[in-house]
Amino acid sequence: MLEQFDVLVIGGGPAGMAAAARAAECGARVGIVDDNPTLGGQIWRGESGEAQEKQEAAVWRKAVLAAGVSTFCGTRVFHQSRPGVLIAEHDDDLHVLGYRTLILATGARERFLPFPGWTLPNVMGAGGLQAMVKSGLPIRGKRVVVAGTGPLLLAVAAYLRQHGAEIPILCEQAPLSSLFRFLVTLLRQPKKVGQALLLKKSVGGVRFATSSWPLTAQGKRMLESVTISRHGKSETIACDYLACGFHLVPNLELPLLLGCQIHGGYVQVDDLQQTTITGIYCAGEPTSIGGVESSLVEGQIAGLAAGGRREEAQKLFPAREKARRFAVTLDRTFRLRHELRNLASPETLVCRCEDVAYARLQKQASWRTAKLQTRCGMGPCQGRICGPVTQFLFKWNPDSVRPPIFPARVVHLAAALAGQSDTQTASTLGGS
Amino acid sequence: MSKVAYDAVIVGCGIVGAACAMEFARRGMRVAAVDREMVGGGATAAGMGHIVAMDDSDAQFTLTRYSQRLWQQLRPELPDDVEYEQCGTVWVAADEEEMNEVRRKHDYYRSRGVPTEVLESRRLKELEPNLRDGFVGGLLVPEDGVLYPPCAARFLIERAQECGAKIKTGVCVTKIEQGHVRLSDGGEIAGGIMVNAAGITAPELTAGIEVKKRKGHLVITDRYPGFLRHQLVELGYLKSAHSVSSDSVAFNVQPRRTGQILIGSSRQYGAESDAVDNVILTRMLQRAQEYMPAIGALSAIRVWTGFRAATPDKLPLIGPVPGDRTRFLAAGHEGLGITTSLGTARILADHIHGRAPEIPIEPYLPSRAAKEFAHA
Amino acid sequence: MPSQVTVMVNGSPVAVPAGATVAAALGSAGQPSRTSVTGEPRGPLCGMGICFECRVTINGTPHRRACQTFCEAGIDVRTEE
Repeated sequence: MLEQFDVLVIGGGPAGMAAAARAAECGARVGIVDDNPTLGGQIWRGESGEAQEKQEAAVWRKAVLAAGVSTFCGTRVFHQSRPGVLIAEHDDDLHVLGYRTLILATGARERFLPFPGWTLPNVMGAGGLQAMVKSGLPIRGKRVVVAGTGPLLLAVAAYLRQHGAEIPILCEQAPLSSLFRFLVTLLRQPKKVGQALLLKKSVGGVRFATSSWPLTAQGKRMLESVTISRHGKSETIACDYLACGFHLVPNLELPLLLGCQIHGGYVQVDDLQQTTITGIYCAGEPTSIGGVESSLVEGQIAGLAAGGRREEAQKLFPAREKARRFAVTLDRTFRLRHELRNLASPETLVCRCEDVAYARLQKQASWRTAKLQTRCGMGPCQGRICGPVTQFLFKWNPDSVRPPIFPARVVHLAAALAGQSDTQTASTLGGS
Repeated sequence: MSKVAYDAVIVGCGIVGAACAMEFARRGMRVAAVDREMVGGGATAAGMGHIVAMDDSDAQFTLTRYSQRLWQQLRPELPDDVEYEQCGTVWVAADEEEMNEVRRKHDYYRSRGVPTEVLESRRLKELEPNLRDGFVGGLLVPEDGVLYPPCAARFLIERAQECGAKIKTGVCVTKIEQGHVRLSDGGEIAGGIMVNAAGITAPELTAGIEVKKRKGHLVITDRYPGFLRHQLVELGYLKSAHSVSSDSVAFNVQPRRTGQILIGSSRQYGAESDAVDNVILTRMLQRAQEYMPAIGALSAIRVWTGFRAATPDKLPLIGPVPGDRTRFLAAGHEGLGITTSLGTARILADHIHGRAPEIPIEPYLPSRAAKEFAHA
Repeated sequence: MPSQVTVMVNGSPVAVPAGATVAAALGSAGQPSRTSVTGEPRGPLCGMGICFECRVTINGTPHRRACQTFCEAGIDVRTEE
């Protein structure tokens, strides 16, 4: 039942794949676990429109395969049986995964902010709509308003356009001045200039609005139009989809479950990407939102460190430094402005799982009282959508996490002792 | 707050403290209620929220039944988010011995005016198709119910506030002294009488009372409307609740109005940490699957723990601190706090006002413990 | 390898490209995935399996995330509770 690895990597995006490939190349027996149907994470999901990205993704996929890494796709870690053993679910199957060293590469998810109409069908995240199109949603000839914040918006707009969508407008909430400064720092990195030019080619002609954000979404049973704010004026645009996301938040659930120290909203790691728990490393977005380059470098460092090749890992430090500077710039440029706190009306839902409106939450003193009194955060998303909303709107700090960190079948949760010695189980049974 | 003298200061705004606040305020007393965290926290936030007539002892039955009727009377006034449902309880008998217990309970309840129905095997399966085959039968208690405790506590506190009660949360009471309580922020609240309704922390405020923490685990699933119609309890539950020393699990599931299934129950003495205990969790869920195999396929979205406040004789402490005229206890309700909260508040208020309570208070008086010590 | 796959959505056939997810099938049919607790129609939000808005019943199993499930010929997808 127990599958034992030298190095277990949780997360199959760029950081995870880089870590797994490098660790395996060091001779370690490596396993990689990811919730999605295939490796690649979010950014390299399925096919990518951009030639360069496609190539990079393919390179790492090949490296992972060639190195003999065991892959567990469609698989979600939901609990720790005991230190050194994680339990994961793949539909009807339970996986009990033992490790000597663990690398957490759990990535990030989009941040959503509520505004009237945001729960209408066809209002999705920016990365969300892109993922859907990559997964077969027809988009040719559809009108898509792209809004929110972050470089993801441009990438998404480019991708959608390449697949035949019409983009009436892209609304970036950051002010032009921040974006201009961002562009200037980009120009210092040739690779990024290349990316930017390619992007420009794809999105040239798309109306690009800064200091702009969605006010309301309208429609009867699904989205029909979006009203956006732009320089104090509002404008209503008929559309089929709204791709709206406000940058990224790190997935900290597993690091928290395992007891890793969190600092400033990110997992605290040392030079070699090791967390405050010996034998547990963390790479990529959970250590700071930095994008693909950052994730690849950190993943490699973690993989090499876990594989015992510290010197090789250290050689990558300068590359990581460079990538980290980009992460800091990202963070600064796409900071959320205070106007976004005022988008929700009293009836606007904040918790979508339990349909809890903004007005009800305004009466609560903390995340905990809100959970108990309104059930905000107590649905199957376990606060992944509404948690960051309440952090932004109320400055609430979510609780520590409890298992299961992802919904799991009762029968699998009942196997929480899997991987432990049978004698321990037997001695405690009996006698009710 | 420290300048005014209240008629009553209630320590703890869980379901019992909230019920006391409401009852006292409604009788015209000037009430202040304090909680170190929030309204409806502690065991109130963690428990199953059942309202059941329990017959572990005559005294327990009397209090639970009395209090259950008070909830039924209050029901029309309860807001929607209290989610009161009279879903009934079905006690499940796995063998002939348990079936004899079913018949005994049936007679006991019936002779005391609690409607019950003995279920034979086929009828049991009709009522609850997801139970496995082969149960000998069961007992339906249709007047039992469930509610959502944090909102119930909040409702009771709001009622108290409507009668002028003042509530203070986020501040800890460090001492209950004659005429006042001391607060962690350095303040004091003066009061004619003080009520210790502080649950598992009650012993920190009143010396010499035997209230121990009894840890429990619960699991809640996603929404499966119709999967479960009644609260289900195994008859072994009483054996589990009976035990004063060992860790135990007992099958106990409850349908929420949301369609989510609440899965319990477990009891552990001496467990200090609130961390989820995999050994107990496993046993509890395996037990649940033994009774309802289909429960295994349901999606579990949360696990949590809580601490019940337990006394050696399984009856709460309601009444004056022995030898004291102004300090009272309303604590140690174990797994029946929600059920008996309203009854506790009533008989305590009656006692304080020198009125004969509707049920005798003697079995719950804290001074009974002194008698027990004398016998030991 | 067929280039299209047909699945049943609430009893009606929907054709999607091979390799598409159930969420894509729902989207192309203009079908919301679920009804919220207060009766709102909902569709996928995050596209990556964490928001649970795309929950549907597939071949009798409820609460399956449509965005994480590939379409297979003939599977029965239901969006009513």
